[in-house]
Amino acid sequence: MSSAAMRSDSRIVFFLRHLTSISCFFSETMKWALVKPFQGKPLRFRAAVVQMDEVGVKSIPIVALVSFVIGIILVLQTAYQLEKFGAVSYAASLAAVALTREMAPLLTAIVLAGRVSAAFTAELGTMLVTEEIMALEVMAISPIAYLVAPRFIAMIIMLPCLTVLADVIGMIGGYFVGTLAIGIRPALYIHSTIDSLLMKDILSGLIKSVVFAVIIAMVGCYMAFVVRGGAEGVGKSTMISVVTSLISIILADCLFTAIFYLFL
Amino acid sequence: MAYGVCLKQEARSKKQGGKASCFPLTQRNSSMAESLIEVKDLIKSFDGRLVLDGINLCVERGSVFAIMGGSGCGKTTLLRHLIGVIRPDCGQILVGGQDITTFDENGMDGYRRRFGMLFQMGALLNSLSVHDNIALPLREHTQLDEKIISVIVKMKLELVGLRDFEHLKPAQLSGGMQKRVALARALALDPEIVFYDEPTSGLDPVVTGVISQLIVDLSKRMGITSVVVTHDIGSAFRISDKMVVLFRGRVVAEGAPKQIQESTDPLVQQFIHGSPDGPIPLRQSSRDYLEDLLDTE
Repeated sequence: MSSAAMRSDSRIVFFLRHLTSISCFFSETMKWALVKPFQGKPLRFRAAVVQMDEVGVKSIPIVALVSFVIGIILVLQTAYQLEKFGAVSYAASLAAVALTREMAPLLTAIVLAGRVSAAFTAELGTMLVTEEIMALEVMAISPIAYLVAPRFIAMIIMLPCLTVLADVIGMIGGYFVGTLAIGIRPALYIHSTIDSLLMKDILSGLIKSVVFAVIIAMVGCYMAFVVRGGAEGVGKSTMISVVTSLISIILADCLFTAIFYLFL
Repeated sequence: MAYGVCLKQEARSKKQGGKASCFPLTQRNSSMAESLIEVKDLIKSFDGRLVLDGINLCVERGSVFAIMGGSGCGKTTLLRHLIGVIRPDCGQILVGGQDITTFDENGMDGYRRRFGMLFQMGALLNSLSVHDNIALPLREHTQLDEKIISVIVKMKLELVGLRDFEHLKPAQLSGGMQKRVALARALALDPEIVFYDEPTSGLDPVVTGVISQLIVDLSKRMGITSVVVTHDIGSAFRISDKMVVLFRGRVVAEGAPKQIQESTDPLVQQFIHGSPDGPIPLRQSSRDYLEDLLDTE
C-alpha cells in the first residue's frame, strides 16, 4: 500500500475513533442530564444557572449587535433586488422569513461557537492539564455530571432563547432601515412582517438552534477531554473545537434546512 | 485524642455496615501487621513500552508506606493504579481483600470514597473557594446540613493550620498553602487511606516539615494508612514505616527505612546518596553519541 493511501487510512481510523468517542461522550452526558436526575441523582441546576449566565446572558450584547446589523443588511439586499420589480414592500416579509428560518439561528450559533465552544475547551482543558478533572474522578464525582451536564443544559436552554432575541432584534434592525432609508410605511412594514411569518418558520429556527446548542456543548467539552500535553495542547484543542463546531453547525444547518423544506 | 479516634472509628464502622468496632489505640497498634493494600504481579505497558514490570508490594494498615524512585521509574503510574484511574494489563490490587481491578463503575466509586488523594500540584478546583473545595466531597457524598459541613471544613482547615483562609480562591494562596488545603480536602470524608503524590516537592523546608509531620500524625494518631510517592529521600526516611525503591518499573528494594539505608545494592546506594556515578544512567539515549552527532540527516 502506498504511503499516501496509508496516511488517508489512518486519518479515517482517527476520524472514526473520535466519532465513536464523541458518541459515547454524548450518551454519557444525556444520561447525567436527562436520566439520572429521575433516579435520585442531583441535576446540579445551580451550576447550570451559573453557566446560563456565562453562555447566555453575557452573550446578549454581541448577539443583539450582530442580529441588528444582519436585519439591516437583509432588508437592504432584498430591497435592492425587489426594487427592479417595484415590490420593495416585500422586503419586510422576506427579511422576517430569512431571519427566523435561517439567519438568526445560524448566526447566533456561530457567535456562540466562537465564544462558548472555545471557552468550554480552554477552561475544561486547563482543568484536565492541572489534574482537577482527575481529582474529581478520585473523589468519586463524575466529571461529566459535575462539569459537562450543567454546560449542556445551559446551552440547550439559552441558545433557543438567544435565537428568539436575535429574531426580534433583527426585525427591529430591518424595520429601522426599511422605514427610514427605503421608505416603506411603518404600518405596512409591521403588517407585512406579521403576515408573512408562520409558526413553522419560528419553530424550524428553534429546532435548529437546539441542534446547534448540542453541537457546541458537545464539541466544546469533548475537545477538552482529549487535550494532550500542556498549554500547547489546550491551545490546539481550543482551535480544533471552534473550527469543528463551525463546520458541524453549517453541515447540520444544511441537513435540517433540507429536512424542513421537504417535510415541514 | 483517643476519644476523637474512637469517634472516627465508630463513624467509619457505620459506613462499612457496622463490621468494624471501636478499639483503643493500643489495640490498633497491635494489629499493625494486618495488610490493607496488596499489589500482586502488576504489569502495565504503554505503546509497547513496559512501565510497570511485575510489581509486588504490601501496605500495612495504619502505616506510612513510601514509594521512591527516580523520574520516569513508574511511581506515578503505580499510584494511578492504586487510585483506580488506570487499569493494569495484568496483576491484582487487593484493598481490604477485594481486587479493585475487577470493580465496575459503582464499585470503584465506593472504593474512592474510602480514600483521599493529595495531588502533586494540589489539583484544587480554581473556580471554587477554599471552603467550597473542602466542602465539595461532603456535599456530594453526605446528606449533612450546610452548617455542619461548615464546621467540618473549619476543623479540617485547623488541622492544616489555614482556618483564616477559607474564603480565598486557590489562586490567591501560595503553593505550600494550596497543598495544605488539598490535604484538608483529601481528609474531608475521614478516609481510611490517603495517597500522597510528591507531597513535599517544591516546598520550603518549613512547610516540608509541617506536611511530613501531618502525615505522621494522621497515621499514628488517627490510624490513617498513608501511601506516599516521593523522591524526597530525607522526608521519606523520616516519615515512613516501610518503603520500596522502584527502578525501571521494578521493585529493587523493600523494607524499613533502616534496612534500605543499610542495603548493599549499588543501585539503592546511588539513589539514596544521589551520586552521579553508578548503575542508574544519567543519559537515556539509546543511540551512540558520536554516531548521533555525525548523522546530519
